[in-house]
Amino acid sequence: MSTTATAIDTGHHDHDHDHPEYLQHHFVSADQQFDSAKMGIWLFLVTEVLLFSGIFVAYAVFRNWYPESFHETFSTLNIVYGFVNTCVLLTSSYTMVMAINSIQNNQVDKMVNYLFTTVALGAVFMLVKTVEYKEKYDGGIFFWLWEPHGHHYEHLANVAYASIFMKLYFVATGIHGLHVLIGMLLLLWVAWKGKEGRWSSDYYNYVEVSGLYWHLVDIIWIFLFPLLYLTS
Amino acid sequence: MSVTMIEPGQTMPAIEHHYLNAEKGIKSWLTTVDHKRIGIMYLISVVLFFAVGGLLAVFVRLELLTPGRTIMDAAMYNRVFSAHGIVMVFLFIIPSIPASLGNFLLPIMIGAKDVAFPRLNLASFYIYWAGGILGIIGMLSGAVDTGWTFYAPYSTTTTTVVWMTLAVFVAGFSSILTGLNFVVTIHKMRAPGMTWTRLPLFLWGIYATAIIQVLATPVIGITMLLLMMEKLIGIGIFDPKLGGDPVLYQHFFWFYSHPAVYIMILPAMGVISELMATFSRQKIFGYKAIALSSMAIALVSFLVWGHHMFVAGQSEVAAIIFSAITYLVGVPTGIKVISWVGTMYKGSISLRAPMIYAQMFLFLFTIGGLTGIMLGSLNVDVHLHDTYYVVAHFHYVMMGGTVIAFLGGLHYWWPKMTGKMYNESLAKWAAGLIFIGFNVTFFTQFILGSQGMPRRYYDYVPEYASLHAFSTYGSWILGLGLLVAFICFIHSLIKGEQVGADPWGGTTLEWLTTSPPDAHNFKRVPLVTRNPYDYDAAYDDLLGDGMGDGASRTPVVSPSRS
Ligand code: HEM
Ligand SMILES: [Cu+2]
Repeated sequence: MSTTATAIDTGHHDHDHDHPEYLQHHFVSADQQFDSAKMGIWLFLVTEVLLFSGIFVAYAVFRNWYPESFHETFSTLNIVYGFVNTCVLLTSSYTMVMAINSIQNNQVDKMVNYLFTTVALGAVFMLVKTVEYKEKYDGGIFFWLWEPHGHHYEHLANVAYASIFMKLYFVATGIHGLHVLIGMLLLLWVAWKGKEGRWSSDYYNYVEVSGLYWHLVDIIWIFLFPLLYLTS
Repeated sequence: MSVTMIEPGQTMPAIEHHYLNAEKGIKSWLTTVDHKRIGIMYLISVVLFFAVGGLLAVFVRLELLTPGRTIMDAAMYNRVFSAHGIVMVFLFIIPSIPASLGNFLLPIMIGAKDVAFPRLNLASFYIYWAGGILGIIGMLSGAVDTGWTFYAPYSTTTTTVVWMTLAVFVAGFSSILTGLNFVVTIHKMRAPGMTWTRLPLFLWGIYATAIIQVLATPVIGITMLLLMMEKLIGIGIFDPKLGGDPVLYQHFFWFYSHPAVYIMILPAMGVISELMATFSRQKIFGYKAIALSSMAIALVSFLVWGHHMFVAGQSEVAAIIFSAITYLVGVPTGIKVISWVGTMYKGSISLRAPMIYAQMFLFLFTIGGLTGIMLGSLNVDVHLHDTYYVVAHFHYVMMGGTVIAFLGGLHYWWPKMTGKMYNESLAKWAAGLIFIGFNVTFFTQFILGSQGMPRRYYDYVPEYASLHAFSTYGSWILGLGLLVAFICFIHSLIKGEQVGADPWGGTTLEWLTTSPPDAHNFKRVPLVTRNPYDYDAAYDDLLGDGMGDGASRTPVVSPSRS
């Protein structure tokens, strides 16, 4: 708890005392600002988990009701793609940790490089996902599309409720993919501002906060991967 | 032991520098990050949506004035009552007290300069409006006719739910961000000495609300998203035609929407606690009981959603459990009512308009809460479910509870927000009309419901005609009352008398700063040395310049204390 402010004169209308530049006017100390940011992002992550938990509940209910269709449908997913993407995201979480580590040691250039690596890994993830989506699209399966054909998918046409599971797959991975994209943009912005010299070991709230967000995106995938791909 | 700061008849000098004139021009408002200005913008916005929703309600009641067609056809009627519900719930009542009064008061009441994330605060205001505009598009482009609950399979078969559900999704996002901001603000931004047990009870209400906002709203978010997907890409999880389950939708929906009713009522309860203390000039009876019961309500509210689905095909065991837990909600609610009555007991009660509203709240909310308990018992609900009895119940809690408390709070903090007093007798006339109009409109509906009149029906048998007509007449009185209240506020803006820092003898921190407050709220960070309703110690504060640290304290002859 850092609300240990003393009853100092806050200077009313002038801001010329020894507050560091990054300290916003309504905070008493940099610690208070940092703690607030951190608590804010944690709460936000909780809301994200709750959002996804809605999808997980729907998944659990339908898996429970129609276990056979569930297995038939998800056994058409390609484990290799899922596995590669899991490794990619795990690595990106590591580079993210290193980015924060670097800025804590005031190594701005190193941090920027790690951030770019993280974003690049995110891009690899999206690329693999796109290839995967494309294969399904060619097999007549996509968000709104349900005309399974081709040797890999055509039997799904005769599996009751297979479309429910496939569409849940698209909704879950689609929303997750959107989160990856947002995370990439966020990290690019942070890296950009890093290049401009905005962050230092004294002030790296945004690096920390977007890092936590990135880990969340990773963790959600860690759940999605076994639930969707490792089902047989 | 009232502290009279000025002689009667003497006018207060106007404050020279305050948040309203700190910057000028419409742009300074639209880009402001000052929580007070954002609170005012929210206030204007929710009043606007209240007016829209209210107008729609007038049309609903007009249609029901006589059996058969009165002013519109059945399809239109379905759209109008749906739009009424959606606007009132998602665009008015959920943001109402927290986003307007809460935004304005929260930082001041804890002695902070602003909320933790001022820019996020402004962003959530715009996101709220994005939701509002989507809702308006939804209404104009054919409108939803499912009721505010969007039950499948209606919602998967009518065409235009996508705009409306998107509106709810977006508005929900704004609600989450506001809640998040408030939780962090209360945790991290309190002035020195402002311990948790010194928080004004309004803030305990806001805090419990904010927690629910953060924990429940994501669920409505994903529900709306899944519903949109159901509609757009046909997932098939809710639509029975595709193998889905409409009851699953109801579980999703009420998992949010029952806690959401406490998003609506907890801030109102917080307002009432402030009014009870100030206008009884008594320390709150059972401060901790009220504070903790807010948290208890927040907790229990997550466990009772099934009471909306007693006849929807859930298992009997589930129904019995949900019924039992629903009774539990009554306990913390009852504790609050007892504490308020205890606060008034032997207090020196001053029946100014805000206190009149507080009394109205006590009366109406008790009726609403007790009828809720009745609906919570299985055997009764099987008879009353989906009748006007339920309509009456939730209007007694939402309108009789939240809207009345909002009005009371608005009168109470109006002088703080604007620096101007309202006209007391005009305000009391409005309150009287609202009270009569409200009861005529909605008590009638308890009778209608218990006689079996189903809700959401366009037409009814002639036996119900006189009660329906009576209810419609009531809605006119109610509408008139609200109009008078509105005029009263406008009148105050133009003609209102300048007030001092503390026109009511209130003891929470907002009364220490000028009316209207300075752009930075206080001259210095206040040092909090007493409990929020400590009337004796508060008097000592006023000896200094009110900042709690004793600076510029001038020896004043103490008036006699009783
Ligand atoms: C003592 C506390 C309360 C209890 C025990 C309670 C109980 C209930 C029950 C059992 C129902 C379902 C009736 C049915 O559909 O057959 C219900 C409906 C409802 N209640 Fe409450 N309630 C309480 C307080 C509140 C509060 C404080 C609010 C809002 C501020 C509220 C708003 C609603 C609404 C909006 C509905 C109807 C929803 C719909 O079907 O459209 N209730 N209540
Ligand atoms: Cu409920």
